[in-house]
Amino acid sequence: MHGRPRRAAKPEDEEASSAKAAKLRDLQAQVLQNQHSGTYTKEAIGLSFKLLEINPEAYTAWNYRKLAFQHNIKELSEPEAIKSAIDDELRVVEVALRQNPKSYGAWYHRKWLLNQKLAPVDSKREFGLLDKLLKVDARNFHGWNYRRFLARFMGVPDEEELNYTMDKISDNFSNYSAWHNRSILLSNLLIKQNKGFESKQKIFSQEFELVTQALFIGPSDQSGWFYHLWLLAQTSTPDNPQLIASWPCSGAKLSSSLVKEKVEQNTLSSIWCHSLQERTVPMVLYFNEPVKGLNQSSVKLKSDLDFGKDIHWRALSMTDSGYSSCWTTYLQIANECSSSQQYSVEVSIPCSDDIVSRSGSNYNCPVHFTFTIELISDDAQDIDLFDKPVAYFSEPLESHGNCEPIPFDLLKITGALVEEDSNWHFERLSEEIDLFRELPDDNCKFVKLTLARLLLACAAIKSCGRSPHERKRYCEEALGHFSDLIRLDPSHKQYYEDERSLVLMDKLTCDMETFVKHCSVQVQPNSIPLNHVQLCKLSLTHVGFAERLMWVQVLDLSHNSLRSIEGLEALQQLVSLNISNNHISSFTALEPLTKIMFLKVLDLSSNEIGAHSMDTTRYICSSPFSHKIEAHEAFEECQKKNINVEEYWDAILFFKPLKLGQLDIKGNAVASKENFRTLVMTLIPSLKWLNGECVN
Amino acid sequence: MAEEAELAADQHVRYIVTVEKKKDSFESLVMEHIRLNGAYWGLTTLDLLHKLHAVEAAEVVDWIMSCYHPESGGFGGNVGHDPHVLYTLSAVQVLCLFDRLDVLDVEKVADYVAGLQNEDGSFSGDIWGEVDTRFSYIALCTLSLLHRLHKIDVQKAVDFVVSCKNLDGGFGAMPGGESHAGQIFCCVGALAITGSLHHIDRDRLGWWLCERQCKDGGLNGRPEKLADVCYSWWVLSSLIMIDRVHWIDKKNLTKFILNCQDKENGGISDRPDNAVDIYHTYFGVAGLSLMEYPGVKPMDPAYALPLDVVNRIFLRK
Repeated sequence: MHGRPRRAAKPEDEEASSAKAAKLRDLQAQVLQNQHSGTYTKEAIGLSFKLLEINPEAYTAWNYRKLAFQHNIKELSEPEAIKSAIDDELRVVEVALRQNPKSYGAWYHRKWLLNQKLAPVDSKREFGLLDKLLKVDARNFHGWNYRRFLARFMGVPDEEELNYTMDKISDNFSNYSAWHNRSILLSNLLIKQNKGFESKQKIFSQEFELVTQALFIGPSDQSGWFYHLWLLAQTSTPDNPQLIASWPCSGAKLSSSLVKEKVEQNTLSSIWCHSLQERTVPMVLYFNEPVKGLNQSSVKLKSDLDFGKDIHWRALSMTDSGYSSCWTTYLQIANECSSSQQYSVEVSIPCSDDIVSRSGSNYNCPVHFTFTIELISDDAQDIDLFDKPVAYFSEPLESHGNCEPIPFDLLKITGALVEEDSNWHFERLSEEIDLFRELPDDNCKFVKLTLARLLLACAAIKSCGRSPHERKRYCEEALGHFSDLIRLDPSHKQYYEDERSLVLMDKLTCDMETFVKHCSVQVQPNSIPLNHVQLCKLSLTHVGFAERLMWVQVLDLSHNSLRSIEGLEALQQLVSLNISNNHISSFTALEPLTKIMFLKVLDLSSNEIGAHSMDTTRYICSSPFSHKIEAHEAFEECQKKNINVEEYWDAILFFKPLKLGQLDIKGNAVASKENFRTLVMTLIPSLKWLNGECVN
Repeated sequence: MAEEAELAADQHVRYIVTVEKKKDSFESLVMEHIRLNGAYWGLTTLDLLHKLHAVEAAEVVDWIMSCYHPESGGFGGNVGHDPHVLYTLSAVQVLCLFDRLDVLDVEKVADYVAGLQNEDGSFSGDIWGEVDTRFSYIALCTLSLLHRLHKIDVQKAVDFVVSCKNLDGGFGAMPGGESHAGQIFCCVGALAITGSLHHIDRDRLGWWLCERQCKDGGLNGRPEKLADVCYSWWVLSSLIMIDRVHWIDKKNLTKFILNCQDKENGGISDRPDNAVDIYHTYFGVAGLSLMEYPGVKPMDPAYALPLDVVNRIFLRK
């Protein structure tokens, strides 16, 4: 089916082909017949050999041979005879492999034979066969799979197989299969902690040297670059999970009082927390990688406030077997309060065997911080956010006179310890950066891309003594590389834009100086002060570093190039979101918003919802197709109301959990569909403003 | 080329219908054992081109059932060939196209597939025990379409697929197996169907996949290999499922696929000017579908069936 030139059929071809066809047809028919009748004579078995010689893909013939083998071997007792029978089968496999070295049936037949364990394996013959085949085609993955099977079967130590990969790589650096096998073997050896493989540091330093050599000799071959990326990831990820952000953060003061307090220099002013009206405080813990095991003993809360017996942590990001980077709990305050009072809450996350990452590493970086909650008396005001539709400021925030500064410690976790090891990581990466800066990069995109990745890995390593300015410098240099890459490798433009978007977010939010230009406290028409962040017209394609935005209540991301809003689920304080004028192309892409309990105002206008027949987040979101949602439960109500579920399943799953008061959705293809307005009104009973009009 | 290449839909329809009838050439005989797969490729392509009615539904259904082994509950690749999951999935998929799952003894077929799950969560292709992540995908896809996923240990099935994840972000045929676009499709599909895509490092895999695009605009299956039209499906559907398809240059890929057409006789080949076959015709059209090519029905990237067929199966009362 592959690699045959297109040719018009000639009459001579037709005739020859016809004769061949007749022969093959008879052969196949006979073999199938023998299979059905269970005929295992020498003659019948010979026919199956003839067939497999011509067509090793005739899988029923391999099945037949196994049955024939099992049948005939029962009669044999002498080891010589048994060995001879096995050799016959091995030879058939070899003949078949000559015809097609990638025949699944042939390779499996051989594996099956060895697994019968009826005679000792001729190690020389097996490895000899592999050597021959891998010499002809070093990338034959059937061969490599068989080699891995054989090595395990024969008890060949991983160290020996590691040497074999070294031989293959020395022969020819361009051998992805050999590099791949090397990565598998090394990982196993490091996990098993075999002699000589105890130190990740030592091993990865050696591998960096090896691959860098290869890259300098032949930078256009891809294998080395992919291997290098793996080494980079190993070097830049901490061994154990770490907490990188929380809401409320250290020193935060939450209040539902509208009385303006006097703020002293260097102290934080309080944050108006709307959920306190319902005596609820959402807490969010954000880790550097997915973890599980958060519970009342692994996360200790100490306070005079009564949060009730059961504090239950739930995962915010897409969860699998309970792992998530982002966890939340909603603290329900049971205390009664007759006058205004401040309460502190101490959060303590000690070293824990409960909190573990997917690789099994436990949490070992104790954290302790305190925040404050101000409760006002029980008969508090009932704020209606919606007598008028909430509009967004179209000019940049800087031009607004009356903005209050955001206290910036909101971004940091105090008391987070620094890993001892990260110094090695940082040094190793700096060395690599120096090396790669020397490599001429005019035609090789991999050099630039690797350099950019190294810079970002360095930027990300949290080490004491490294200032945000240094981080910004790395970001700037990386941004320059990504811009170059867009020119150098235009067919991967979107990839580089996504990477660039992330770096830009990092640069904008990693230090006070830059970030403060995008932040303010906006006093709403009804006197509520809400924390407002504006990140518009930045060509952002997706949201990064959401852990730095968990305090935000009003977020304006309009006029960007957003295709995704993954990450926003961490913003549990969010009341109002503007993502108008972006590239959101489906309701499923908005699933993160369904996790934000207090979201009331949403502007989706001028996006691409309904304009595409392919939904690229169809399987990322929870749906009946991925068995995360029971169709019957989710849609029964809508089916009763005669809503076309096959057409609107995604709109239904999106709108139902939300309690929006205000929605803007014009400028999306879906909004001009016939029954759409009715659908929205049915799904969101709390809606007061739709596309600027009052609907209640 | 002076003019913009276009999809020669009518020619492809004619090619498929003709090939279906030509059973006796040497080429066809060598493929005799996978005719059921061929039926799936041909018929799905017809449906994508809005021409499923070009064949007789009843005839097709009868022939499919003649490949059924009532003792085991599995389907063979052709009449008289041994049962195997590879052909069982194709049979179920074709019956879905025609909305004729009613002809099946659903419990029996589901038990056949479920019975092939091993202790470690992997699946064998048939009673002979070959293990491959292709079979994990096939089992999950088949059982899901039949609404019988509960017959297997889904968590273990997922765990096995995850154990085949490689350090480059891709997946192989078994633990330790090299990343390959075909295996990646199977593993990503398996994880998509079971709501387990969060096991995947989507940026890392997405980058590995988008690097399959060659200078000629086509996609290859792994590094340093030639582009081939069939990867327009394996790579593209994987990218769609992990929401990274925008990392591919769609215009250039479309041009590559259209250049692989035989515009006179119909059919699509693996590479421009090579011999056409049903397999590549299907994958070429399916790839175009994933890129929203006008006139082609949209496909579901996980179940590899037209979107309206999948929506009907999971959303209809």
